[in-house]
Amino acid sequence: MLENYFPILLFILVGLAIGIGPMLLGWVLAPNRPDAEKLSPYECGFEAFEDARMKFDVRYYLVAILFILFDLEIAFLFPWAVVLEQIGAFGFWSMVVFLAILVVGFVYEWMKGALEWE
Amino acid sequence: MTFPMPDLLPAAPEILVLVMACVVLMFEAYAVRGQADRSEIVARPRVAGYVLTLLTLLAAAGLTAFTANGVSATTFSGMFVDDAMADLLKLMTYLAGIAAAIYSRQYLADRALMRGEYFALLLFAVLGMMVMISASHLLTLYLGLELLSLALYAMVALRRDDAVAVEAAMKYFVLGALASGLLLYGMSMLYGLTGTLELNKMAATLAGGVDNPVVLAFGLVFVVAGLGFKLGTAPFHMWVPDIYHGAPTAVTLFIGSAPKLAAFAFVIRLLADGLQPAHADWQQMLAVMAVLSLAIGNLAAIMQTNIKRMLAYSTIAHMGFLLLGVMTGELNGYGAALYYVVTYVIMSLGAFGLILHLARAGFEADALDDYKGLNSRAPWLAALMAILMLSMAGLPPFVGFYAKLTVLQALVGAGWIWLAVVAVLFSLVGAYYYLRVVKLMYFDTPHSHEPVLATPGDARLLLSVNGLGVLLLGLLPQPLLALCLEAMRLTYG
Repeated sequence: MLENYFPILLFILVGLAIGIGPMLLGWVLAPNRPDAEKLSPYECGFEAFEDARMKFDVRYYLVAILFILFDLEIAFLFPWAVVLEQIGAFGFWSMVVFLAILVVGFVYEWMKGALEWE
Repeated sequence: MTFPMPDLLPAAPEILVLVMACVVLMFEAYAVRGQADRSEIVARPRVAGYVLTLLTLLAAAGLTAFTANGVSATTFSGMFVDDAMADLLKLMTYLAGIAAAIYSRQYLADRALMRGEYFALLLFAVLGMMVMISASHLLTLYLGLELLSLALYAMVALRRDDAVAVEAAMKYFVLGALASGLLLYGMSMLYGLTGTLELNKMAATLAGGVDNPVVLAFGLVFVVAGLGFKLGTAPFHMWVPDIYHGAPTAVTLFIGSAPKLAAFAFVIRLLADGLQPAHADWQQMLAVMAVLSLAIGNLAAIMQTNIKRMLAYSTIAHMGFLLLGVMTGELNGYGAALYYVVTYVIMSLGAFGLILHLARAGFEADALDDYKGLNSRAPWLAALMAILMLSMAGLPPFVGFYAKLTVLQALVGAGWIWLAVVAVLFSLVGAYYYLRVVKLMYFDTPHSHEPVLATPGDARLLLSVNGLGVLLLGLLPQPLLALCLEAMRLTYG
């Protein structure tokens, strides 16, 4: 019974090794010359620690929401592609219709300049 | 598993509206591209959006009327149904959409809102309503509701520099999201209880008895609360006055008309179709909501000084009346409620159409004082407004009287005499503020004597037809009433 779980144990061990190994190697082998910038927490584009109630450009929001839209599209596409052979013509064309509607939205946002940063 | 190709014919009007909404959006996208160099050409694609919207709705009406045969046709694996009630409600929805577009054109043009987005959103909202009306599955019901709601949130916020409009849109969005959450929570309980999302099967399972009546009661409470939010009935009515007031009047006209039809379909599909066996449970809740709506709607409307706000409270009261028809749980009551909502939409279109008609650039005509002495400035418009107000108050010989009468008859027929008495009493209270508008128009002296600006002929004509239609439907109530009762009988008889 329990031996059936051996591959999972192996998987966990390999996962830990791959996760910890490079960090250990880097700690042992890499040159270590810290300075203030290198030690500060990293966050893209913003100061890491400041008042959370700050103004930020509404375009971040726009880009984020567009990203979610198209990211979700991919989330639908992958499972669809996996079972494509089994779902028949209706399954295929349903996704084509879905993509066509998304393309309409995409063309609209493009034409309206939502994708231009400056 | 392979999916069979569904029969697309029952959903043909929906497909048409979807395609055309996308086309209108594309027109708008390419119109803006050309704006940089030649601005005079831009106006033309925008008018194209308007014309396309009208043509689409007319074509959809043709399709729906052409395929209407009184037989229920189910497609998309039992998620979508095309029956007599759906056909009638959809035809009314197109009518409301067409009227909304024609009434609003001048108003939108005056305020630089005449854009493809408005019409694309209008078509998407109509599509959402059509899906709701034809839903026979909790998922389709919710899908249509969200499509409608999202389009409406955006429409309210269309004038994004206007602080009041943005506040209204924000409130609408937050409360709408809350209502959706309640609804979904209730639906998930019903699903857990019955193991199906399909309304017919849910009714069949419930009719066989449930192991856990507490879960059923809980699910019902959440579902009915969600419905209350979407209908705008007390105690879930807080958003209605603010949204009616804050939205551009053209959008208020649309929100105040067609979505009521879809909300009615939602209530009937969910309660009368899926949850009919639990009728005794939801009846009590609807009765409480109806009485509260009648009381709050009619009493609060008296204190308003803004006609849009006043009509918002009047909507709450009217929705209470609608619930009275539904709560009987009988075919007669459903038919009466259907008749009530159809006639209410006609009256509401006329009343908001008239406000739009009096508005011009920089002037909204939404204060009650703006109607003082309207008779001396524009006698015909004042007469139309008087007809609409008297009809909403429920005075014979206007259609509003027969709508109220039919609901009351159904109520008394089902043995709810005390509720009928309460409804009549609050209608009497309501008559006060409708009659006050008539008094302002005919017996008060106007602020200014400047003549009402000439408005487009088509809107003026439609307004006259709308007002006189309310009178005519009141003089000859039988055909429409019979149609509504017959549609209900064919669907649920």
